[in-house]
Amino acid sequence: MKKLSARRRHPLAALVVLLFALAVTGGLYAAFAPADKAQADDTAQSLAIKEGKKLYAVGCASCHGSGGQGTTDGPSLVGVGAAAVDFQVGTGRMPAQQPGAQVPRKKPIYNDAQREQLAAYVASLGPGPSVPEKSQYSSDGANIGKGGELFRTNCAQCHNFTGKGGALTDGKFAPTLEGVDPKHIYEAMETGPQNMPSFGDGSLSKQNKKDIIAYLGAVNGDESESPGGLDLGGLGPVSEGLFGYIFGLGALVAVAIWVAARTTKAKKS
Amino acid sequence: MSETGRHEDVPEEILPGERETAHEGAVSTADNPFADPGLPAHEHRAQDIDDRAARRSERTVALLFLVSMIATVGFIAAYVAIPIDKIVYIWPIGHISALNFALGLTLGAALFCIGAGAVHWARTLMSDVEVADDRHPIEAEPEVKAKVLADFKMGAEESQFGRRKLIRNTMFGALALVPLSGVVLLRDLGPLPGTKLRTTNWKKGVRLVNQSTNLPLRPEDIAVGSLTFAKPEGLEEDQEDFNEKIAKDALMLVRIQPQDIKDKKELAWSHEGIVAYSKICTHVGCPISLYEQQTHHVLCPCHQSTFDLSDGGRVIFGPAGHALPQLHITVKDGFLEAASSFAEPVGPSFWERG
Repeated sequence: MKKLSARRRHPLAALVVLLFALAVTGGLYAAFAPADKAQADDTAQSLAIKEGKKLYAVGCASCHGSGGQGTTDGPSLVGVGAAAVDFQVGTGRMPAQQPGAQVPRKKPIYNDAQREQLAAYVASLGPGPSVPEKSQYSSDGANIGKGGELFRTNCAQCHNFTGKGGALTDGKFAPTLEGVDPKHIYEAMETGPQNMPSFGDGSLSKQNKKDIIAYLGAVNGDESESPGGLDLGGLGPVSEGLFGYIFGLGALVAVAIWVAARTTKAKKS
Repeated sequence: MSETGRHEDVPEEILPGERETAHEGAVSTADNPFADPGLPAHEHRAQDIDDRAARRSERTVALLFLVSMIATVGFIAAYVAIPIDKIVYIWPIGHISALNFALGLTLGAALFCIGAGAVHWARTLMSDVEVADDRHPIEAEPEVKAKVLADFKMGAEESQFGRRKLIRNTMFGALALVPLSGVVLLRDLGPLPGTKLRTTNWKKGVRLVNQSTNLPLRPEDIAVGSLTFAKPEGLEEDQEDFNEKIAKDALMLVRIQPQDIKDKKELAWSHEGIVAYSKICTHVGCPISLYEQQTHHVLCPCHQSTFDLSDGGRVIFGPAGHALPQLHITVKDGFLEAASSFAEPVGPSFWERG
């Protein structure tokens, strides 16, 4: 058997040494690292904050800073509250995939427990709106008609009259509200994600928000009625005009061709 | 000169004077590619020579008319039978009013089948022999013309129109004045706008009331990054002229960190970063409130005019010609109120705006 030193010029020798060194350093750190502080306030909440802090350090700190103070790549999270985290992480917008005009909705990356831990940690950075209770956004006791008025005054300019969404400047857009969890709509109004302005209780009262959510449920849900017929995406004159030009005029052209076409002649025999 | 020879001289076009000869088809198309080939020979359709085909067409037309009749009966039946609030699910339209759907379908079928039947009738059974009808001059015969002129001259003499100048001139005067009554009535198109275009209900001491909650606004209600719509105190939605007034008075309130406000006048007219701007676009007056809280840009949905609320409402894009008017606000007894009226007319430019 060859001596170990005989293989010191092997191409993989450097790699082996590096791995060994890493393992030793890590092992020593684990063995001698200072133990965590005594768990004086070992409540569920502080545990969640601690877990959330770990998740935050891995998934969020690169843009929002190690203490949530914000960097050039991401805004400060001090005072945004648990509601903002629940919205951003619950709709999959955060963590963002790439920088751009606007971070789109996607499949959530964190599960419910992780999201609550992150929310607990961010909420601990500074006071902010908490995650709303179900009674705040359920349609019980809501006035749908009033909600419609409020939606048209405050929201429709960007999100369209029935919440179908619309375009903004420089690639930004107001997303469709179709199929969005009522809780997330409430949180969005409360916290104003990305370029959306917030509508705090001084701007839209709690009852106002409830009415708006009930209105959206009535006009933009799976069971929403469209008494006039095909709503063509509910986008208004653009899609209606396109449909009219292509199918309406198309049908007229087809009929005109049929009217003016030469009739089939009897075959000469 | 022979006719063929004449046409060879002018091969480019057939002049109007020569059309007569061209119609006779004396020139073979081989020699002159522009000669009128005349009508093609008539060919018979199956319906013209086969009686069974003709009867089939007849039945098709009758069937279309019959379907139209049934559809009309269906329309009336649907109108009577279906309740107005009944909603049914129809793929791919979705949840739709049963009455609307039935009425549209039956009336559409009734009208379409009448048209389709008539067209099918004309195409298959009515004669399809092409007939050419030449144009004739519409000028009257010279004798008729001469008589009309003579009659007119005699009438003019008998009426003494040329001789009695007083009558003639007063009649001209009467006819010239009569249209003036119509011109005067144009004044009824509306009272003149007066100062309406330049003034709003905002003046010193008028409180800002939240349009959504109907409560007077306090500075602490307006958070950084929020958007709030305000109306002047005393303007209520149940007032008859509410829509007319809010069209000028609508206000949007945002709060910008004071160090982010670039315009000095804007900062002076704000309260702790709360700025109040007119909600009416200065281009053609659309309500403009597509506010982006990170950039402080406001976009008009009609023609994409974009205003920078952190820089005095300056136009940064689009057709708007004026910056968005700002309302000078202040705080009294803990409530936000106007410190003066708008310094400039709100809304779109107008002729005398200056």
